[in-house]
Amino acid sequence: MSYTLTHLRAIEAEAIHIMREVAAEFERPCLLFSGGKDSIVMLHVAAKAFYPAKLPFTLMHVDTGHNFQEVLDYRDRRVAELDARLVVASVQASIDSGRVVEDKRPGATRNRLQTTTLLDAIEEHRFDAVFGGARRDEEKARAKERVYSFRDEFGQWDPKNQRPELWSLYNGRHKAGEHIRIFPLSNWTELDIWQYIKDEEIPLPAIYFAHTRPVFRQHGLIMAVHEVCPAPPGAEVFDMKVRYRTVGDASCTAAVESDADTVDKVIVEVAATRITERGATRVDDKFSEAAMEDRKREGYF
Amino acid sequence: MTELLRFATAGSVDDGKSTLIGRLLFDSKQIFEDQWDSVERVSRERGEGYTNLALLTDGLRAEREQGITIDVAYRYFATPRRKFIIADTPGHVQYTRNMVTGASTADLALILVDARHGIQEQSRRHAILTTMLRVPHVVLCVNKMDLVDYSQDVFESIKSEFQNFAAKLEVGDLSFVPISALNGDNVVTRSENMPWYEGSSLLHLLEDVHIASDRNLIDSRFPVQYVIRPMSDDYHDYRGFAGTVAGGIFKVGDEVVVLPSGLTTKISSIDSMDGPVDEAFPPMSVTIRLEDEIDTSRGSMICRPKNQPQVGQDIEAMICWMSEVKPLGAGDRFTIKHTTQTARAIVKDVSYQLDVNSLHRNEGVGKLNLNELGRVTLRTTKPLFYDEYRRNRSTGSFILIDEGTNATVGAGMILGSP
Repeated sequence: MSYTLTHLRAIEAEAIHIMREVAAEFERPCLLFSGGKDSIVMLHVAAKAFYPAKLPFTLMHVDTGHNFQEVLDYRDRRVAELDARLVVASVQASIDSGRVVEDKRPGATRNRLQTTTLLDAIEEHRFDAVFGGARRDEEKARAKERVYSFRDEFGQWDPKNQRPELWSLYNGRHKAGEHIRIFPLSNWTELDIWQYIKDEEIPLPAIYFAHTRPVFRQHGLIMAVHEVCPAPPGAEVFDMKVRYRTVGDASCTAAVESDADTVDKVIVEVAATRITERGATRVDDKFSEAAMEDRKREGYF
Repeated sequence: MTELLRFATAGSVDDGKSTLIGRLLFDSKQIFEDQWDSVERVSRERGEGYTNLALLTDGLRAEREQGITIDVAYRYFATPRRKFIIADTPGHVQYTRNMVTGASTADLALILVDARHGIQEQSRRHAILTTMLRVPHVVLCVNKMDLVDYSQDVFESIKSEFQNFAAKLEVGDLSFVPISALNGDNVVTRSENMPWYEGSSLLHLLEDVHIASDRNLIDSRFPVQYVIRPMSDDYHDYRGFAGTVAGGIFKVGDEVVVLPSGLTTKISSIDSMDGPVDEAFPPMSVTIRLEDEIDTSRGSMICRPKNQPQVGQDIEAMICWMSEVKPLGAGDRFTIKHTTQTARAIVKDVSYQLDVNSLHRNEGVGKLNLNELGRVTLRTTKPLFYDEYRRNRSTGSFILIDEGTNATVGAGMILGSP
């Protein structure tokens, strides 16, 4: 016996350590669960961390109202399996109550509006720790974010004033009204996520695998025709075999052309791909070099 | 099986650190086309003569605007043999604090020097901090060999100068690689420009370095993190002690002692959701069940009766001070976090400040300023279960938290009892 772990077991052990640390030290943690693959993996690791007990925290979905139905079905099935408590924070409710104003122009998304809904829900439920599935390989600003990411009473992230994070000693101290975002999958890459899904045989919503659906092209991205994202006038709609690399708001998540209809094929595809996950699929990050940093400063996931 | 290797890079932009990281990521196909296009476009817009690889790692607006690196950035790449996590620490701003942070979890440190300039004060400082943090492997990369005509004499002279200096330090394992990050010489493959060099390419060395023996598999330490009590019909009497193995190997049936009570019992099972395991070793996160019901909770330490950590409230430590607001001095009080224990600590004495360029001990200064290291005596409100940092990086380390601002202000490495 060599007493070594594979890299997947090592990063899983790290994530479990972080989750238990949070459960031990915070009063009211919650885990953001959207039905996207990263949050599915995060929830899977959480279930392992506290086995055979139930999850010691609430799940929350920030619902933009622009969903893929199969993802919502998956979310509800998983919540039932785990006998967990789910809070749905609705962006539509934030719009209806006048907390945010929706941009109705063509091509506008509800992505940025989620921040207000999220922060309102954190305040309402008095959550003091919020688990997110973000990874540092996703984006440059995230590469510099801590595992425990401190947020002030406005939910803001200050990248120049982060707490040093040493060894595996995490500082979760905060005052009333402040909270900490926790990213247990910080050190995972997109490929790690897929290899872990394979190893652990984790089921995923079907849209992560290649299927044929009507699409159109917009700004170089492949967008599925969806009730919240109809093809603009004059755009050519055609059938294509596609899959989703990320699943977010249906109006700002693009598909990629793919024949990968199994986990094994997706792993081969991800290993060979030459475009980042966000670059290939996120309309919202195309605006500027610092789009993600700006959203994060305001309190985005 | 792919293993995980964490390494920290040290060096300034001028040493070609960003270029080297860019090269490792690019040659292992971890830089994506859209990232590359964006870096090329921004370099062009800024009128830079070459594609500035530093833009790949500098993620924050202020960094791009000011052309500096502010914070530790984590980068990832993998080969079929290993997955690598790079803690990329900036050379200038908040230098020591960032380097200590990056080195705290590193298996290996990569120190870059410019072949034209040789060992600088900064290189010595990198080496001293790296060895203080007990990074087990150090690789000195002599970069820009293309600018010294790939001269063996230049390389050998830098190598022997560094070896002489390192003899004063406790370096576990030291290697030297002559490279040109810009041209890729000896980065991924052996260079034809330096036939006199008989060692491995840098990447091969990173893939090959033996890290399995770096962990302490002798002194069994299990700090209890969380108690799992399902309180369900199926697991009515279940009481599992969750934690991460910090040292040694735990087996089912082992006789163990639980601190602070000092009572002994046996391990009845080691659980995970994948099923029971026979043995647990670092850094596994598992759940241990004990045969007898003895007082055990977060902060307890499970170990072996004949191999216990030190127990005490008076501790000598090297501290790296990280507060921008005020210096550390005798009489100051903090929250201390050590393994899974949290207590309060008071500073009894600052015996010296260490010059990280010369190893000289400045006695009688009585305080530590931002980014300074020094030897400090602490007293804690309750006993800690600790080992010397040199024996165990998990049970020998702690952080200090300011009770007013909640900021992490100190990183400590335990030397022993006063």
